[in-house]
Amino acid sequence: MTRKYRLAEGGLIDRSKTISFTFNGERLTGHPGDSLASALLANGKRLVGRSFKYHRPRGIVTAGPEEPNALVQVGRDPATDPNLRATQVELFDGLTAMPQNAWPSLEHDVGEVNSALSRFFPAGFYYKTFMWPAGAWETYEEVIRSAAGLGKAPTGKDPDRYDKTYAHCDLLVVGGGPAGLAAALVAARAGARVILAEQDSRLGGRLLSEPQSEIDGKPALDWVEAAEEELRQSPEVRVLTRTNAFAYFDHNFVALHEQVTDHLPADERPVELPRQRLWKVRAKQVVLATGAIERPLVFCGNDRPGVMLASAASSYVKRYGVAPGERAVLFTNNDGGYRAALDLLDAGVRIAAVVDLREEPSGPLTEAAKERGLRILANYAVVATKGRKLLTSVSAARLSGDGKSISGAPQELECDLLMVSGGWNPTVHLYCQAKGKITWREDIAGFVPETGGPKGVSCAGAVNGVYPLGDCLREGQQAGVAAARTLGMEVTESAAPQAEGQDFLPARWMYLVPSTAPTGHGGKAFVDQQNDVTAADLLLALREGYRSIEHVKRYTTTGMGTDQGKLGNVNAIGIVAEHLGKPLPEVGVTTFRPPYTPVTFGAFMGRDVDALLDPLRKTPIDSWHVRSGAAFEDVGQWRRAWYYPKPGEDIHKAVNREVAAVRQAVGIMDASTLGKIDIQGPDAAEFLNRVYTNAWKKLAVGKARYGLMLGEDGMVMDDGVTARLGENRYLMTTTTGNAASVMGHLEEWLQTEWPELKVYLTSVTEQFATVSLAGPYARTVLAQLTDIDLSPNALPHMCLSEGEVAGAPARVVRVSFTGEAAFEINVPSSYGLAVWEACMRAGEPYGITPYGTEAMHVLRAEKGYIIIGQETDGSVTPIDLGMDWILSKTKDYIGRRSLKRPDILKSDRKQLVGLLTENPQTVLPEGAQLVEELKATPPMTMVGHVTSSYYSPNCGHSIALALVKGGQAKQGETLFAPMLDGGRIACTITSPVFFDPEGERLRA
Amino acid sequence: MLLIECPYCGPRSEEEFSYGGEAHILRPADPDALNDEQWADYLFMQGNKKGVFYERWVHSHGCRRWFNVARDTLTYEILAIYPMGAAPPKLDERHYV
Repeated sequence: MTRKYRLAEGGLIDRSKTISFTFNGERLTGHPGDSLASALLANGKRLVGRSFKYHRPRGIVTAGPEEPNALVQVGRDPATDPNLRATQVELFDGLTAMPQNAWPSLEHDVGEVNSALSRFFPAGFYYKTFMWPAGAWETYEEVIRSAAGLGKAPTGKDPDRYDKTYAHCDLLVVGGGPAGLAAALVAARAGARVILAEQDSRLGGRLLSEPQSEIDGKPALDWVEAAEEELRQSPEVRVLTRTNAFAYFDHNFVALHEQVTDHLPADERPVELPRQRLWKVRAKQVVLATGAIERPLVFCGNDRPGVMLASAASSYVKRYGVAPGERAVLFTNNDGGYRAALDLLDAGVRIAAVVDLREEPSGPLTEAAKERGLRILANYAVVATKGRKLLTSVSAARLSGDGKSISGAPQELECDLLMVSGGWNPTVHLYCQAKGKITWREDIAGFVPETGGPKGVSCAGAVNGVYPLGDCLREGQQAGVAAARTLGMEVTESAAPQAEGQDFLPARWMYLVPSTAPTGHGGKAFVDQQNDVTAADLLLALREGYRSIEHVKRYTTTGMGTDQGKLGNVNAIGIVAEHLGKPLPEVGVTTFRPPYTPVTFGAFMGRDVDALLDPLRKTPIDSWHVRSGAAFEDVGQWRRAWYYPKPGEDIHKAVNREVAAVRQAVGIMDASTLGKIDIQGPDAAEFLNRVYTNAWKKLAVGKARYGLMLGEDGMVMDDGVTARLGENRYLMTTTTGNAASVMGHLEEWLQTEWPELKVYLTSVTEQFATVSLAGPYARTVLAQLTDIDLSPNALPHMCLSEGEVAGAPARVVRVSFTGEAAFEINVPSSYGLAVWEACMRAGEPYGITPYGTEAMHVLRAEKGYIIIGQETDGSVTPIDLGMDWILSKTKDYIGRRSLKRPDILKSDRKQLVGLLTENPQTVLPEGAQLVEELKATPPMTMVGHVTSSYYSPNCGHSIALALVKGGQAKQGETLFAPMLDGGRIACTITSPVFFDPEGERLRA
Repeated sequence: MLLIECPYCGPRSEEEFSYGGEAHILRPADPDALNDEQWADYLFMQGNKKGVFYERWVHSHGCRRWFNVARDTLTYEILAIYPMGAAPPKLDERHYV
């Protein structure tokens, strides 16, 4: 192992401790304070990945979140994260990382053949190459996707725990660099509740990579340390490091992603802490001090391992104590780029030459470089690079007079590191997400926030295109003061921290560096390294007629990788602008969307997984169903008993037994989930009269009535039985799934249209348990448990009586959803289980049989009773259902006017009918489409569909309900249900009532 | 994610509320007096204005009370909140291209 890259001194690493990690299966070492990227560089690992499309060898380009190449898979399945940027992964003992997109290995990648075949993979190749035959696309896509992929998703369940939390503050500062710290400090001193979010593990921002700077005459990092100490001591300030502000939503709602324990070895992660935490921050004021990201240059061969941003090279030397190469060339268009050459020179790295695009290089750092004797090739460009898995040399050539082509012969410069600086892009992502507008500043060639942006947000420092350290500190302080004053706080004026510093100008802007051959020939010039998009791809898109930058982006996929074009976008816009002959701002930017950097799905879920994903509602009788081995089904959030299989029974046998028992003896069902709404007030009857289609004013106390509720569009919304409990009091039942929406519907009409009605609604669904007894022996069983007179004369169908059942205060309602004489026993929830068990004991001699929702569905279908959501789907009217009898002609109600619309009155609307299959044993599949005319193959004209279908042991044949065009007038006609396997089921249209059409059993 | 000041509960996050569409669309006193086109207009047509818009919200996961909001649909700025049944406040129009 080579250690020549690790510098003997300097940097924020702890050389006294050595920690080990593995990369690509190889055991390596580093020091606390290293990032995975810096440790790899220290170990001489320059090739770290393969590119997305062409599988080209790639190296580390940056030292931050903008990294396009060094994407790694960290951890072992299933505790693994794909696509992490090695530049942001903190090194810890035992870290395991793998390169991505390399097969069979990083060094020998089969997919590299893609690179040789690259002329077949131009921009938009997806859209062109694989269009035919259409059916084969899925195969192509699978092969291409597996060849051109990113990391691998975990195969198992995520074993880690995540948290979500809300936070409120006066001021949120995003970015812990000099500007952010200055803003946070002054606001904290004014008494503001401050949250400071920094994506890095340490505060300081750029200062971590330029520790030689001074603030107020002291080393800059001493100032950072003092600032952090002061902030952490302030009780109203929360400092969050390793926390990425990744999304900015309306009204200063900002989402933060905190990596709480990711940087710790597995056995040192405190069990009480989540792995990551999602912060949902609502801030009164926000200061964005998000800094800037250095812009690369686009030239031939700019993706070879060993090509790195100049500022990143400085970071590796100054922050991590690593020389990122042995012999370096600087390729720059601005004075600021020289900083890296000087830093590396100080660290003992040889600088072969500086290739400067500027005709007459000048500026303070340029002068310093000249004094140090650096060889500067002015008005030169790098036109090619060499080296297979690591850079070995670059070719530089003189630019022509207009800078648009090459004039001289190239000369070769040996080097293993090419540092590149093309200026700086302010990190305006969050500002744009906050609906802030940006404007192009020609002098610094960058998009910066417009002044006077959205309320409650301001920017400070490099994000504003302000680069000198002293100016950043002053802007930060001003932003903090302004935020505090806006919040009505008193701020005592104090001088901003003082610092020297300069910006990176002068510069010469060039978005596509000319080469010896035309663009697209003699080597690839990458604009977006993560998505393998070249300058030639952009020009191709323009040649093919794309003009909008949004279209160019989608066609070429530039900026659509996980890095979202942090490095490439402005260059892409610049190249498009130059080619179109337009000023750059006229081309404009693509939309900045969250997240700024990728966020683990686990963080979004937090604790809302497994049992906590969605509430599970259980009835008071649920434990009995569990003990009795019931199979369950979910109805909304409710868990309902579906059927009760006896040993050896499948669902069909169990349901057949249950439905027969209800018709022949007595069945018992837990109906507690039905929605129940207590309606009180002097205008309650008037209210019901308006929301139901039938008349309610004459319903006597102690009686109940079935009601149908429509939307104002005339479509059936819900149904249920409502009982009049007293002069001004009703109890409405709703379907299980619609309880909440019906409550909302009623409240809306009461509050927004009829505030004059004195009516009060209370949901009492969970306050009562409902036990339903149905069948010939229902009365006999219940009579043993109550003094209530249950005789047909005393308690006829649709009447209720109050008394005691099994010692519990109860309301008994004669209401039936099975067509049998049935009694619904409503008791306070806490009595539910006891009453159920008492019924079971009393019913034992009569063969009482618990039945579930499946048997209930069969029983009601035998009677042709609809189920909301099964026979209806929001496009079905009562007329379609043949329920004209329930539509009052003498009063207005919600939806009535809509039923007069011509479309609603058409005779060929889908109408509810029954279906009898030709073979009585055949059960139609629910959802089957129905046709009148059979053809050998689709398409066939569909006239309807099956909504409910069962085998009915009571009828001795299958039964089905269906919605069929004009069905009510087609009784006796034959329809066919074509099946996927080519078969067909013939059936006859009939009445939807299959059992006891006279309803004699119901009233027994 | 808007921050909405419920008149009964105070400022709460948008996820506690449900949207109720355009405000001040009165249900016709006599629906039969409307022809089909007028009825369809009442039923289905709502404004979709760029600028100041008067709309209904309900604090569905809070007090369940309805109220009116005047909101700039471009900037999402909430300009006024007032009770059901009250006349909309007079606000300056905002003109966007």
